[in-house]
Amino acid sequence: MNGLINRAIEWFVRDNYGEALWIGVVEALALREAAFEPLMPCEPEITERLIGALAAQIGRASDELLEDLGTYLVSHPRTEAVRRLLRFSGVDFTDFLYSLDDLSDRARLVISDLALPEIRLFLEREGLYRIEVARGVQNGLCFGPVLVGLIRAMADDYGALVMLDHRGVDARCELIEVRLLDAAFADGRAFHMGAGPVAR
Amino acid sequence: MSTVMVLGAILARLCPMSAIMGPTGHLIAVGPTLARIIAPRDAIGARFLDLFEVLCPHGVDGMAGLVALEGRRIRLRLRAAGRHTLKGVVCGLPDDGALGPAGGVIVNLSFGITVVEAVRDFSLTGADFAATDQTTEMLYLLEAKSVAMEESRRLNLRLEGARFAAQEQALTDPLTGLRNRRAFDDALKRSCRGLDPFALLHLDLDYFKQVNDTYGHAAGDLVLRVAARRMQAALRLRDVIARIGGDEFAILLPGVDDVGSLDAVANRLAASLEEPVTDGARCYRISVSIGGTLRRFHTYANGPALLEAADQALYIAKEAGRGRHVVHDPGKPPPVPGTDQGVETRSR
Repeated sequence: MNGLINRAIEWFVRDNYGEALWIGVVEALALREAAFEPLMPCEPEITERLIGALAAQIGRASDELLEDLGTYLVSHPRTEAVRRLLRFSGVDFTDFLYSLDDLSDRARLVISDLALPEIRLFLEREGLYRIEVARGVQNGLCFGPVLVGLIRAMADDYGALVMLDHRGVDARCELIEVRLLDAAFADGRAFHMGAGPVAR
Repeated sequence: MSTVMVLGAILARLCPMSAIMGPTGHLIAVGPTLARIIAPRDAIGARFLDLFEVLCPHGVDGMAGLVALEGRRIRLRLRAAGRHTLKGVVCGLPDDGALGPAGGVIVNLSFGITVVEAVRDFSLTGADFAATDQTTEMLYLLEAKSVAMEESRRLNLRLEGARFAAQEQALTDPLTGLRNRRAFDDALKRSCRGLDPFALLHLDLDYFKQVNDTYGHAAGDLVLRVAARRMQAALRLRDVIARIGGDEFAILLPGVDDVGSLDAVANRLAASLEEPVTDGARCYRISVSIGGTLRRFHTYANGPALLEAADQALYIAKEAGRGRHVVHDPGKPPPVPGTDQGVETRSR
């Protein structure tokens, strides 16, 4: 696991719940700065404890918080780089869905120890997709809710109308259902492939 | 639909930057991405070599030259937008006319190394490239790596800042801001390795223990901080001043090579340290005993030996009564307190 994930959580919490709450939780957990250093390896347990403490402090379920994190990563200006990199995955929302199988490879290509779980997409019938997110990479942490938030925001970004449902977890994987109601519901946000990375 | 139109439609899907031209070199079918690049000019009916110049190999100016390049990698330039070079390959249509006019050719193009600029200039999207084309992946990788590189640059800056701070901290006495023992030893070692003259002083504050015991640590700390500031004020920037013990200081004076100069420095230090220290409520008085030595008194300069000599001189100074300074020359007979043999004792 990589400190980049914790840094993303940090931005999410600071931007949505304020500086004071964030500092309070980090101090209560006695986390060192190195845990939030992008490009530095980090124990998954730290992320697990962090999410647990944040959920308790904010008074929401971990899964809800993780889903909001996924949405934040795509839709907030601070993490525009994430949105841009995801948009390279597909020319439209359906194409993007089919690229999810590559997501962990794409992530690893950039940051070799950014271990995202394997994702598999199945077409159930026209407009209905089933996504399986493998478990076991992050032990107690579930990536599924993050992915739900992320797909929801990406649908918005492409201008597609979707219904998403996290169907739960079994020993092998998490199950997500995607119902694509209208692939061209709205205009979506512009994406210029050659615009280059955003400056932070 | 004619055969060549069917072929054109297939090619449009598989190779969106391909085109078919007839035996005269005029375009019959053009892939959608290539059409975007050629726009606003109408591609259909235009002569291919009027739109593109073949850069390599040189001298291709007619259909015969183009046909002769079959299968080879060629480099081209869009005449209307000079900075984009493209790669291409040409393939002749069959002579029996089964797929289109005999003597015609198919050309397939792609952006070479200028792909990033091309994507920007022509506002291309992922949909403008064939499903199997790696351009999107390449652009993804390029962008992802520059994001990671920028992150790496920031990390390096943070680490460098932290390293510098840690180093400073490791060499600084936190109470007075003077150098600490380790920093002093390093500086002394460096001076011993060099050839330039220098002098060494070892200072011990008199009456400091009384101030500390009577008025507490806060008063003691204040005295130490004020003493440090006064020493800094009395000395040059390049002199190394270190706190090496509770109320002990060591000073390295580069360039000082004679007893007279060293005496002058010692006197200046003693005078400034004997000025009373006040915290607004009380006044504290201290004095200082100083032992010193010069590099040139020692045949082979080494840090511990010089410090030992300065320490001995300090001991003699203390024995002789407080507020004195002594310069020790180890080449002379061992000093006996109370005599002037081998030592220069000065009292103020």
